[in-house]
Amino acid sequence: MKNINILIVGVGGQGTLLTSRVLGSLASKLGYDAKVSEVHGMAQRGGSVVTHVRFGDRIFSPLIEEGRADILLSFEKMEALRWIHYLKEDGMLIVNDQAIDPMPVITGNAKYPDDILNRLINRISNVFIINAQEIAKEIGNIRVSNSVLMGVLAQHMNIKKEDWEEVLSSIVPPKTIKENLKAFKIGYNTKLGCEEGARLNDVLE
Amino acid sequence: MIELMLGNQAVARGAYEAGVAVATAYPGTPSTEITEYIAKYDEIYTEWSPNEKIALEVAIGASLAGGRAIVSMKHVGLNVAADPLFTVSYTGVNGGLVIVVADDPGMHSSQNEQDSRFYARSAHIPMLEPSDSQEAKDYIKCAFELSEKYDTPVIVRLTTRVAHSQSLVETAEPQPITLKEYVKNPNKYVMMPGMAKARHIVVEQRMKRLTKDSYDLDINKIEKGNSSIGIITSGVVYHYAKEVLPEASYLKLGMIHPLPKDLILEFASKVDKLYVLEELEPVIEEQIKSWGIQVSGKELFSVQGEYTANMIERAIKGSTVNMKQKEELPNRPPVLCPGCPHRAVFYNLKKLKLTAMGDIGCYTLGALPPLEGIDACVCMGASIGMAHGFEKAKGKDSSKKVVGVIGDSTFIHSGIGGLIDIVYNKGVSTILILDNSITAMTGHQDNPSTGRTIKGEITAALDLVALVKATGINNVRVIDPFNLKESEAALKEEIERDQPSVIIFKRPCALLDKSQSSPLKIDSEKCTSCGLCLKLGCPAIQKKEEGMVIDESLCNGCKLCTQVCRFNAMEGVDY
Repeated sequence: MKNINILIVGVGGQGTLLTSRVLGSLASKLGYDAKVSEVHGMAQRGGSVVTHVRFGDRIFSPLIEEGRADILLSFEKMEALRWIHYLKEDGMLIVNDQAIDPMPVITGNAKYPDDILNRLINRISNVFIINAQEIAKEIGNIRVSNSVLMGVLAQHMNIKKEDWEEVLSSIVPPKTIKENLKAFKIGYNTKLGCEEGARLNDVLE
Repeated sequence: MIELMLGNQAVARGAYEAGVAVATAYPGTPSTEITEYIAKYDEIYTEWSPNEKIALEVAIGASLAGGRAIVSMKHVGLNVAADPLFTVSYTGVNGGLVIVVADDPGMHSSQNEQDSRFYARSAHIPMLEPSDSQEAKDYIKCAFELSEKYDTPVIVRLTTRVAHSQSLVETAEPQPITLKEYVKNPNKYVMMPGMAKARHIVVEQRMKRLTKDSYDLDINKIEKGNSSIGIITSGVVYHYAKEVLPEASYLKLGMIHPLPKDLILEFASKVDKLYVLEELEPVIEEQIKSWGIQVSGKELFSVQGEYTANMIERAIKGSTVNMKQKEELPNRPPVLCPGCPHRAVFYNLKKLKLTAMGDIGCYTLGALPPLEGIDACVCMGASIGMAHGFEKAKGKDSSKKVVGVIGDSTFIHSGIGGLIDIVYNKGVSTILILDNSITAMTGHQDNPSTGRTIKGEITAALDLVALVKATGINNVRVIDPFNLKESEAALKEEIERDQPSVIIFKRPCALLDKSQSSPLKIDSEKCTSCGLCLKLGCPAIQKKEEGMVIDESLCNGCKLCTQVCRFNAMEGVDY
């Protein structure tokens, strides 16, 4: 199998690490070589965070290079734009339609750009946009929005839905398994518009 | 069994499989998880020590007693532990002694980018460097074997990308914890000049023997490829290079001090063009050049920051993938969490226009706008000595405008000595101890003031008030920083005093405080959008077009903003 590079970005505290743990476990369960790289410490405190997930037959570097990510999964829309140069030419972007103001915006020293989604669509042909926290709120647990995003991601990867569900259930807190599986299912079944319509699993296989 | 493991977790597994008896550390990113994982093995005595020097000394004692010991720290921690480090090189070991040090190229969570390899060279201690989690585990075991075979401490160097990346590890059965016999031997263990002179000779012989034997050491590997390009490298950089130059020939060094000179000469003679790929300082490159060998290194790369695969491809092949343009966007710096007790202190420091000598911890984030409450930050414990020096240079009256700001764990680590200095040398500084009852920035580790050990056992809790009084400080008070008015009055009173004083601002870390209530809301009828609440720099309070808004998903109901708002516009609380 060709190596797959997934860059997960967001804001410290949004739960990006849980998603990378699920992907890492999934990859090793399926017998792939896998590397996951994350940053701890100061970078986590509400700052911009990034996790690199790579798996395939043989992985050397734990990091994805600029211009080489197959998929960019962004938990926040401005962060998608910040990391967009990591996507390869025909890469896919999955973005959560949520805005979190950074401190320079809160203090009035900068403005949160109001045309982010348009800029993303103009630059990338494979864009999927979903409002995951709205779905999570409906389910009744705001914290399961990352499972909604994983559901969308799962639509575009050649990994069985059952494998995702099994690994997800083994990693989330036991009390929240039901809510997380529901969130995953909604994400998985939501048909999102994509400008070019190409499915990444066709590209990857 | 094969498992996906963090590099730090693999180090812990290696210690377990090597039959380690004692593990010590002071937390520091990116090394912290090593000791947290070791603490999960019931068989291994594990402790958070007050600082890295003590951690190493405890490990030396354990080694002397005949057990295998491991001590872990970040790069700047090794500065603190440098004193015992240089001399334990002379005494050698009884049970194996391994020092794990995690460097932070790129400074993801550090105040400098120093290269620990210089310590190995100047202290004459062998150093190993793994490139992924499997090697992290294997090299720890190898390090213990080398330590006992050559009677030397061994340093294992990690970098952030090895410490904080997960990769697959094949685990093995642990060997039992055994104790070697302790035999009194003053000539080996008492380092007075007469004995130390003799031991220095032993150290030199040991390093010569290691250099010779390193030719056959299996962690130094030649991978034959195309002979036109030869690459000498170690650590994670090996993987960056393999990613973009799979066809090249490699000499991958597992032991980076002493260097396997004969192996390097042999490798150099077989390739047309030789490169050294090493992050930070040209440590390997300069040694090879000193042997009269032509090699390319730092003329192609910077001593600053991390290497990347693209960077290596560009430097050696002259090309890389087409880069997409980066976007110009507002920065997203790290911030103090909603509900953080430090926020209240910095709000008052700014209001009173005080100059603050800061320290290492979450509170360093108080330097950023809008709080801007810290003027300087150098290293662990420095705030107290710096405040004292500031006063001594500018005169007593300056102390009425200057404070030292330090955390509970940092004060215990190396702040207490500064306080003794102030009292002894008749200083009048005011020192603020921000006591959130945990070592927070590194991910909530216990320390001597929390009353719990790393294993979660109840123990004696250090009484900070009694400790401060014992230094001779007569003016100590404990204040809840969330009482803004009382805090402000206390600050004014103590800085005016012609005596040294300490204010302990005590309130638990917001991430651990279970007492906090539900999120607040802004009453748009009452809110005038004056923006006063924004001066707190709380990420939950945001100014939108419709006025001030509290983000419910971020607010933890600490109510600090209700003390700042003049219009009682925050709802959901009793005024």
